[in-house]
Amino acid sequence: MSTIVETHDDHGHHGPAKGLSRWLYTTNHKDIGTLYLWFSFLMLFIGGAMAMVIRAELFEPGLQIVQPEFFNQMTTNHGLIMVFGVIMPAFVGLANWMIPMQIGAPDMALPRLNNLSFWLLPMAFGILISTLFMDAGGPNFGWTFYAPLSTTYAPETVTFFIFSVHIMGASSILGSINIITTILNMRAPGMTLMKMPLFVWSWLITAYLLIAVMPVLAGTVTMMLMDIHFGTSFFNAAGGGDPVLFQHIFWFFGHPEVYIMILPAFGIVSHIIETFSRKPIFGYSSMVYALTSIAILSFVVWAHHMFTVGMPLAGELFFMYSTMLIAIPTGVKVFNWVATMFKGSISFETPMLFAIAFVALFTIGGFSGLMLAIVPADFQYHDTYFVVAHFHYVLVPGSLFGIIAGVYYWLPKWTGNMYDETLGRLHFWLSFISVNLTFFPMHFVGLAGMPRRYPDYALQFADFNAMVSVGAFIFGFTQLLLLFIVIKSIKTGKKATEEVWEDNKDWGLEWTIESPPPYHSFTVQPEVK
Amino acid sequence: MNCLLKIASKSKYLIFLCFPLSTLAERSDYNMPIGVTEVSKSIFDLHMLIMWICVWIGVVVFGVMFWSLWKYRKNAGAVAAKFNDNFKLEVAWTVLATLILVVMAIPSTTVMIKAYDDTEGDLNIMVTGYQWKWQYKYLEDNISFFSSLSTSQEQIDNLIPKGEFYLSEVDEPLVIPINKRIRFLITGNDVIHSWWVPDFAVKQDAIPGFINTAWTEVPEPGIFRGACTELCGLKHAFMPVVVRAVEQQEYDAWVAEKIALAEAEKLLTEKVWTKAELIERGQGVYLKNCVACHQVNGKGLPPVFPALDGSQIVMEDKVRNIEILMEGVRGAAMQSFSNQLSEVDIASVITYTRQSWGNKQIGDGEIVVPKDIVNYKNKMSL
Repeated sequence: MSTIVETHDDHGHHGPAKGLSRWLYTTNHKDIGTLYLWFSFLMLFIGGAMAMVIRAELFEPGLQIVQPEFFNQMTTNHGLIMVFGVIMPAFVGLANWMIPMQIGAPDMALPRLNNLSFWLLPMAFGILISTLFMDAGGPNFGWTFYAPLSTTYAPETVTFFIFSVHIMGASSILGSINIITTILNMRAPGMTLMKMPLFVWSWLITAYLLIAVMPVLAGTVTMMLMDIHFGTSFFNAAGGGDPVLFQHIFWFFGHPEVYIMILPAFGIVSHIIETFSRKPIFGYSSMVYALTSIAILSFVVWAHHMFTVGMPLAGELFFMYSTMLIAIPTGVKVFNWVATMFKGSISFETPMLFAIAFVALFTIGGFSGLMLAIVPADFQYHDTYFVVAHFHYVLVPGSLFGIIAGVYYWLPKWTGNMYDETLGRLHFWLSFISVNLTFFPMHFVGLAGMPRRYPDYALQFADFNAMVSVGAFIFGFTQLLLLFIVIKSIKTGKKATEEVWEDNKDWGLEWTIESPPPYHSFTVQPEVK
Repeated sequence: MNCLLKIASKSKYLIFLCFPLSTLAERSDYNMPIGVTEVSKSIFDLHMLIMWICVWIGVVVFGVMFWSLWKYRKNAGAVAAKFNDNFKLEVAWTVLATLILVVMAIPSTTVMIKAYDDTEGDLNIMVTGYQWKWQYKYLEDNISFFSSLSTSQEQIDNLIPKGEFYLSEVDEPLVIPINKRIRFLITGNDVIHSWWVPDFAVKQDAIPGFINTAWTEVPEPGIFRGACTELCGLKHAFMPVVVRAVEQQEYDAWVAEKIALAEAEKLLTEKVWTKAELIERGQGVYLKNCVACHQVNGKGLPPVFPALDGSQIVMEDKVRNIEILMEGVRGAAMQSFSNQLSEVDIASVITYTRQSWGNKQIGDGEIVVPKDIVNYKNKMSL
């Protein structure tokens, strides 16, 4: 027994290994969190470059830059990379960094699993992106990959796509198991469930959603694999299969998935509003109940993505009502954030600016979501740019702004240096203006009748599309500024204090340890009163 | 530089973002079309109602938020209050939100019930989505034809100026009589498509193996343009829907003419065709049906769409040639044309491909006549 302890000590308990092996073999929650965040950042630029190709082609009517075949590959891969390669890994990265620090633990519960779940991701995306360079071209059937376009009519590389989705799913499931185990077992004494920080709560719920639906996604792609290579006909009508079944299964995964991509942002924004309003979050318990109800409701609304597939009247009405219900807990959250700001003492540092923009713009996405829930009106909105506007409002100024806000909020804690506040505000304003210039006009072209996933369009949509493209280019290039700000803060910058932000000590355990925190955050468990 | 000028010229439209929405509502370039049917009009009203409710909720919530941000800014010396809960307030806004939703749900349900009606129509039309065109089959009048994009490839490639109805024009629109209840039976032949005419507020997915229904009753003559709204592959953006609604007499005359044309077409199968006649007709068929994938020069877009120019099958294997046209190629984009083209068209297009580009010199030079296709069909039906 004693020898084991000694060898352990010989390896040095209090610092990372040197060089590449630090990152390859690391089991440290902070290193893995950093890996996740950098990976997500890289993917943001790859997926963003694809968006730039899409917007360049759509700048004016006609086919100028790419052919429809490549255009379809761009829309598909842009969607897949942004969903699975940017938003989800960024949230997992934040979870890795912050959950142990927020609950007063030294590390995640399952560190080796943690390493595996990260390193699966570069494999998955390596495979996915490599298909773009193959003869048959990459996946071109939309990120929703509806059968039979993605089975009988798919390019041969679809098999690589399926394999890659399986690996991403495995990574997410392993990550979720780790997060749930950590949260349920490693909280500091005194931190009851109802005293947990909201970011931890949001991730606990998100992790359960992931465990529930990732296997469904794996099942869907496995059925595709069987249809393509083993002669089954799950989704092939000619063989007695059912193409609509695909959509039911996909969206049974897909709808909880969209909440997976927003719930952690709710958590982050709650903390930021609390800090910069210098006032405790309003209605903590109703925030928790709202998160839980959103998660539960997410399992009974999936067919609102399929109002035009020909469901019976009762089905259409059921999914309309259940979808409308989600507006209640979501509304409660927005009201609570506003009530937190009310009678606070508010300052406007970059994280707060992004958080305020999050509340306002996510709510606009929520409104268009409510409009889309109205079945008869959805017959006109469905699969037009109105839908594109809707989900980009909840995903870009929603999820992505949430992540960026979180990065600014916790960056000084991670690096020990403050970022450049002037540049941060510049980054915010450029992003805020261009994100609206990009996505707001999409509502108009969508209502006027432009369908999504079109490489070319009728002349009446030309002006708004030109505006959208200009906005998109500005937004895209603005994100390079974020890269610069982050690198600058790692290299130099005013030293950050323990609490980083003024009067911040009360808002969480992470603000009670030094910045940057020690390699094993809490070696002695803190007591929560 | 050009690019910058273009941006500058478009920037005047930024001003539209500042317009109150009500002025936008009159113009269909910015809002949902009101449409011409009873259903489309009530859907438009519903859309505006829900939108305005959302706008007002937004005004109130954002109003309170921005007012708080201003009033309680730290710069102005605001000191944070300590409260973190108010049970009555939370119950109040939850109940209020629920009530607003009920107010929204009631008209939505009424409109939905009106829009949803699958009983038989005065006229029943089968709409089938193909990659990448629509087939319309009039079940009562026994007429059937395909409707595909008529915008030229040169316009799409920016070689010539674009016409007024760029990408929303077809060779043969769907023709329907006004003031008749029309039921559409919608299905797909290959992948899922979606048939949408905004002015009727009809959008239904065209799914292989399913027959979905939708209906409309158009009160006034006119031309109504729509689109395919479910990603269906390469030419998804290039299979518009065009519907021409006409008076009953005009419709009857159109039906009579279509039937007469179909009779004349049948006689062509019996005719003895010369090589030159087949090539000439085949060229027309090729340009309409094949160029999207195999291209005008026959080079295709490999690897997805193989070249016909120089292809061994095209030049030397007449039998396999016919088989591919009739049955399609399993697992590839090539579809079966046996229901889409007449015997004459299939024979002439095969002859055309065997006698064009480089194939003319190096192929076996044999022609395919309509009789060959009839024979193939007879052989298969045995």
